[in-house]
Amino acid sequence: MGFDETELRLGLPGGGGGGVRDGDQVIVMRKRGFSETESDISTDTSTCVDLKLNLSSNSKEANSTGGKDGSAEKSKTNKEKNNNLDFPASDPAKPPAAKAQVVGWPPVRSFRKNMFTAVQKSTNDGESEQMNKGGNNNAVLVKVSMDGAPYLRKVDLKMYKSYPELSDALAKMFSSFTIGNCGSQGMKDFMNESKLMDVLNGSDYIPTYEDKDGDWMLVGDVPWEMFVESCKRLRIMKSKEAVGLAPRAMEKCKNRS
Amino acid sequence: MPKRANSFPEEVLEYVFSFIQTDQDRSSISTVCKSWYEIERWCRRRIFIGNCYAVSPRMLIRRFPDVRSIELKGKPHFADFNLVPEGWGGYVYPWIAAMASAYPWLEEIKLKRMVVTDETLELIAKSFKNMKLLVLSSCEGFSTDGLAAIAANCRNLRELDLHESDVEDLSGHWLSHFPDTYTSLVSLNIACLGSELSFSALERLVARCPNLRSLRLNRSVPLDRLANLLRLAPRLTDLGTGAYSAEWRPDVFAILSRAISGCKELKSLSGFWDVVPSYLPAIYSICPGLTSLNLSYATIQSPALVKLVSQCPNLQRLWVLDYIEDVGLDALAESCKDLRELRVFPSDPFVVEPNVSLTEQGLISVSEGCPKLHSVLYFCRQMSNDALITIARNQPNFTCFRLCIIEPKIPDYLTLQPFDVGFGAIVENCKNLRRLSVSGLLTDQAFDYIGTYGKKLEMLSIAFAGDSDLGLHHILSGCDNLRKLEIRDCPFGDKALLANAAKLETMRSLWMSSCSVSYGACKLLGQRLPRLNVEVIDERGHPESRPENSPVEKLYIYRSVAGPRFDMPGFVWTMDEDSALRVT
Repeated sequence: MGFDETELRLGLPGGGGGGVRDGDQVIVMRKRGFSETESDISTDTSTCVDLKLNLSSNSKEANSTGGKDGSAEKSKTNKEKNNNLDFPASDPAKPPAAKAQVVGWPPVRSFRKNMFTAVQKSTNDGESEQMNKGGNNNAVLVKVSMDGAPYLRKVDLKMYKSYPELSDALAKMFSSFTIGNCGSQGMKDFMNESKLMDVLNGSDYIPTYEDKDGDWMLVGDVPWEMFVESCKRLRIMKSKEAVGLAPRAMEKCKNRS
Repeated sequence: MPKRANSFPEEVLEYVFSFIQTDQDRSSISTVCKSWYEIERWCRRRIFIGNCYAVSPRMLIRRFPDVRSIELKGKPHFADFNLVPEGWGGYVYPWIAAMASAYPWLEEIKLKRMVVTDETLELIAKSFKNMKLLVLSSCEGFSTDGLAAIAANCRNLRELDLHESDVEDLSGHWLSHFPDTYTSLVSLNIACLGSELSFSALERLVARCPNLRSLRLNRSVPLDRLANLLRLAPRLTDLGTGAYSAEWRPDVFAILSRAISGCKELKSLSGFWDVVPSYLPAIYSICPGLTSLNLSYATIQSPALVKLVSQCPNLQRLWVLDYIEDVGLDALAESCKDLRELRVFPSDPFVVEPNVSLTEQGLISVSEGCPKLHSVLYFCRQMSNDALITIARNQPNFTCFRLCIIEPKIPDYLTLQPFDVGFGAIVENCKNLRRLSVSGLLTDQAFDYIGTYGKKLEMLSIAFAGDSDLGLHHILSGCDNLRKLEIRDCPFGDKALLANAAKLETMRSLWMSSCSVSYGACKLLGQRLPRLNVEVIDERGHPESRPENSPVEKLYIYRSVAGPRFDMPGFVWTMDEDSALRVT
């Protein structure tokens, strides 16, 4: 598994910072996928997913203590991630063709965004078709909890086009907790990649979600779009908590490491 | 001299002070002399804390021993747009815990953008027997279980307002926890709740509270239940409907119209989710009395909107979607001469092509036709400098001007120039401008104008604008009354901040995200200015793992007498003298 495949990408849909669409193909190569689902849904590459939180790639990026160049580039990439609409001022008349979604822009509160998904879908089908043409619109914010973490996070599922993208983002978000598990040694362990891998392998997190019916499901079984539609909240469970969720899931996790 | 100050007995001074209400005035009188300070602090009843981390509960209680009303604000404003990661802070529990013993007679709690837990609500319910008013505005962290505790225990509750909070909605049964003996409800705002309410509990509650004046229902309350509720509360002045939709039935319509017309004191309407246009005429009878109308969830088209607003000649506040279009705003300008506040929200913020015909023209019309208009929030897709100049000339009385041109960095669509001159005209002409949000393509020149003319500006929001540190420098050095500055995605860096470091102590807070402020500069600021908390927010890991000149993701600087806080999550660090030591 090459480094670029595991490279952390914020993965804002519609382009920007790293070619997300190309990224979908790269991710298919991952060895640790849910191969059972691959065969069922052959054309949908977004379901080929390694749901092990990719904290190793995150730590690589976070602790590159090597030269200024590395981090300058990284900070530039991060900026790009945050500001997709970075077109040159010399050509202001041409906005980007595809509408890339930037976090928190336009400054409209979440409850004003979500509302329209329900309305437009139910009223005018032709209209909603036109809406979807422009790429992702309306946020789908769900809470994410991780067992052992002191507080929850929220993600906008519309910001990602596939499970691997979501997985990367979650890894990034929760890396600070896992690192915290390394104990009071703090920074030293943070930079010690093998120690991080021990934590991951030892604890084996499983991402699960609550769907519209109130059932707790394993993330990754359904096509991405269906998942976004039905996911109400996410919970990253420790594998020992997942007893009874799905024996198959337990097997999958064991087989991963 | 001391003899003069004490020539009145304390009781007389206290009585005189009771006429002095505003914080600023209270603060002034407390600085006259020691005895006035003492008298004032014992009789101050209302406290407003604009940043919960600026002071600690202990300090508050030490100075003001007998507070009856407290207002606290937590997260920075950009939290509304998901720019503040979850877990950042703003926990109210420590405040409630401290006040539970110190202020047993507390009557009012108003919170904005704070994390409130069920445990907190239970503590409130248990500790304050005289609790009359609880406002949770844009808060989160609690569920309907916490609300049940409030309902069950707060016998004297008059007002419960969950304004736009994010509530974990476990069930609608919490309403049943108001005991049958509870009759003091005056105002209830539960519009933000998602799940179905227990209707019978709601109806019984409304029926037994004769003083109910404000009722904002949630989307789950169907239109055919509304008439019943209105008949039970004909003295309502403020109504938030639930889903304003039902299958068309003339009898249902007739009943609804009659019930609404029975509420002769209605001044304010909101709600209107899922509007079925044929039911709108049910409200026509009370339109002439309306001063406030919130149609920002109503996905109805311009003609229906025009029909509605043209029957509201006394309208002072209108919130609406851009479905109103320019033609609707023309009609508004014709009919509503008393309009003071207008907010036009985008119906579809994420498509590139305009989905409605709403342009700069709409704003020009209202600025021309509505002489009392002073507050505007306007989302649109095109704007020109000419339009802004015209608007500024038409309406020099703006106190709040927030323009959001949806596409970042686009220029004047007629001249392809930046909007420097346009916003310059706004700040120059609107001498009472207190709040400004800018958008579109802007160079440092725009900020030069803002710094030069925005002398009364208290709050400024900037996104995707400016060329260099000079822009930020203009603002920090020019805007004398600046209290809150929030910036995202601008090329502003260390130089302007460091050169104007002292200015930061005169402001409530500064937010900068996706800008070019380096970690080194943050450390420097933190070390040099002990009365500021310089918080670096970075989800990539500790900034020490990157070079000093590497920009931080987000930066939040605020003045505080409480020192650095200790409830920060793993991705927030306070810069101070010890920050270098704290790494290990």
